[in-house]
Amino acid sequence: MRQDTLRHVYGWLLLTPAAILLVAFTHYPTVATFINSLFSKGNPIRPSRFVGFENYALMMEDPIFWKVLGNNAIFALGTIPTSIALAIVMALFVNSRLPGLGLVRMAYFTPTVLPMIAVANIWLFFYTPGIGLIDQILGLFGLPGHNWLGDPDTVMPAIIVMTIWKEAGFFMIFYLAALQNIPAELREAALLEGASRWTYFRRVLFPLLMPTTLFVLINAVLNSFKLVDHLFVLTKGGPDNASNLLLYYIFETAFSFFDTTYGATLTVVLLLLLAVFALVQFFLLDKRIHYR
Amino acid sequence: MFHRMKNGLMAAATAAFMMGSATVAQAATELTMYYPVAVGGPLTKIVDGLVDDFMKENPDIKVNAIYAGNYNDARIKALAALKSGEPAQLSVMFSIDIYELIEQDAIVAFDDIVETAEEKAWLDSFYPTLMQNGRTAGKTWGIPFQRSTIVMYYNKDKFRAAGLDPENAPATWDELVEAGKKLTAADGSEWGMMIPSTGYPYWMFGALTMQNDQVLMNGAGDTTFFDAPATVEALQFWKDLGTKHKVMPEGTIEWGTLRKNFLEGKTAIMWHSTGNLTAVKKNATFDFGVAMLPENKRRGTPTGGGNFYIFKQTSPEERKAAMKLIRFMTNPERAAEWSMKTGYMGVSPAAYDTKQLQDYVKTFPYAAVARDQLEFATAELSTFQTGRVRKALDDAIQAVLTGSKTPEKALTEAQETADRLLKAYR
Repeated sequence: MRQDTLRHVYGWLLLTPAAILLVAFTHYPTVATFINSLFSKGNPIRPSRFVGFENYALMMEDPIFWKVLGNNAIFALGTIPTSIALAIVMALFVNSRLPGLGLVRMAYFTPTVLPMIAVANIWLFFYTPGIGLIDQILGLFGLPGHNWLGDPDTVMPAIIVMTIWKEAGFFMIFYLAALQNIPAELREAALLEGASRWTYFRRVLFPLLMPTTLFVLINAVLNSFKLVDHLFVLTKGGPDNASNLLLYYIFETAFSFFDTTYGATLTVVLLLLLAVFALVQFFLLDKRIHYR
Repeated sequence: MFHRMKNGLMAAATAAFMMGSATVAQAATELTMYYPVAVGGPLTKIVDGLVDDFMKENPDIKVNAIYAGNYNDARIKALAALKSGEPAQLSVMFSIDIYELIEQDAIVAFDDIVETAEEKAWLDSFYPTLMQNGRTAGKTWGIPFQRSTIVMYYNKDKFRAAGLDPENAPATWDELVEAGKKLTAADGSEWGMMIPSTGYPYWMFGALTMQNDQVLMNGAGDTTFFDAPATVEALQFWKDLGTKHKVMPEGTIEWGTLRKNFLEGKTAIMWHSTGNLTAVKKNATFDFGVAMLPENKRRGTPTGGGNFYIFKQTSPEERKAAMKLIRFMTNPERAAEWSMKTGYMGVSPAAYDTKQLQDYVKTFPYAAVARDQLEFATAELSTFQTGRVRKALDDAIQAVLTGSKTPEKALTEAQETADRLLKAYR
């Protein structure tokens, strides 16, 4: 019995450091955010008071909220599948044994290493009408330039392309690691059986990569909501919120408008969305994945 | 409860820190100042240099000048520091943050700090137009420091090539359109003019509306005039420059890359902050000119830029030291030096009377354009709930420029939003 108690104490002591960090930096802020969202915006003259779900009702009527939510959906759908597909293709390519592949691997990975703000500054000059790289290349072919970031129809695609460029290399690393763990015999056996390369990929390789794909997918979904650094440099959410994303709107609300309680309300929505996505991915997709 | 706990912890940490450093900083008053930089160029070095000069003259005051990013970042950092109990006695912040800072009870009015008649007179030594954004409710809350107006930069070489008089920049909207048409290349490789519409669209729009003899808000900061006919007309004109007259690219024009566009010769005219003057002067490879903005019904531009504020949570000694620093930074000689090094305005008439600035204006007359334009200038858009009100207008402007709404519709909506936000303050 005493032995048992000691073991329990020992176990809890081991868990304590991690638990303290989790509670202090994850659970407490989450709960505090939710509580905050139930209060009105206060200042020294008009103190904040409990308003229940009024902030949520306001949010439902806020057209910008719906706009940024839609934008986030477009951003996620635009970036995730393409960057994952690209990552697989790049990983397959650099997994083969050709001379000079170290350089190629490095090149693919470089965008990931660069800070997003630096990347956005570079791309800002790519997209600049007239003097930007893209317009100059178009000019070589006699094509007219375009105001990529100043046109509500092209600003989202422009940002999506940049994000794919930034993300694909990062995901490639995970696929590369996974590919190197897949034994070469499988391929030889498949080819001996007369399977085409596509069949081998579809029936053998891709299923074996599924655990990695799940991991990458979760990361990609989270990133599509978390990554907004580039907006500070590229568009500030403009023109007319055409490129505004949920997290950037939260930042604007909390720090430009000093409406911390409405900011908290939006944050609760963001947290809920992320939680739902994570749960769906873990519980639904997990069942269809073959782990070795 | 959590707040109390946090404050308690913070107080304990501060106390521990104070005990450690008490022996070092005995006699000296220590000031922490945040300041922003909104235009390019090595402005941080210039500010740090001014602060160093101040400390040499006043060895009993130690100043920590902290560069805090752009205007938004500076406000966030300064207010966050205040809320968490970190020391900050004064800060350079956006002149238009005044209502927000008053509402947050963060700043103290200079009228409550000045003591002598000489100090009171000092409050009136600045250009009155520059004080518009620093005064409300009968008190002075901000002292002008890095202040600017919008001016028109133009490429004289392109003017000559197009058969225009390089010494006479367009002075009316009609002349502007006409000149723009001559300066615009048919293939779209070179534009007549560019007015930036990201970053600070409401600011540029403030110039256009003023030229149409309409202000955007009242002095109490509780009413906006976004849907006034003259406002709508001004926005229509801005849109027409791109869609009807074809002298400006359609869509929005990026604030951050505009100077490069001008320096690379992609546009013959740009409207931009005077804060860019020195950078343009250094980097232009062509003959350029600077002129006042053109008029429609009258000339007009908003002022812009940053003011000094003193925070409320300060001891009398700290306030005195902060006053000393502000007076040093804005005295005529320093203001003249600051103006020459950056292109920002000398904030008082006395600054333009100093020998150094007079000599500079003689060799480089464009340094005085912003000052001459002051007589037509108005306050920058600033209201209670200023962030949201400004965003409503910014979004309306961008919606119109990108063609998704008509000026009437966009501005009526913006006015509705502003009315809703400001109702509580009337």
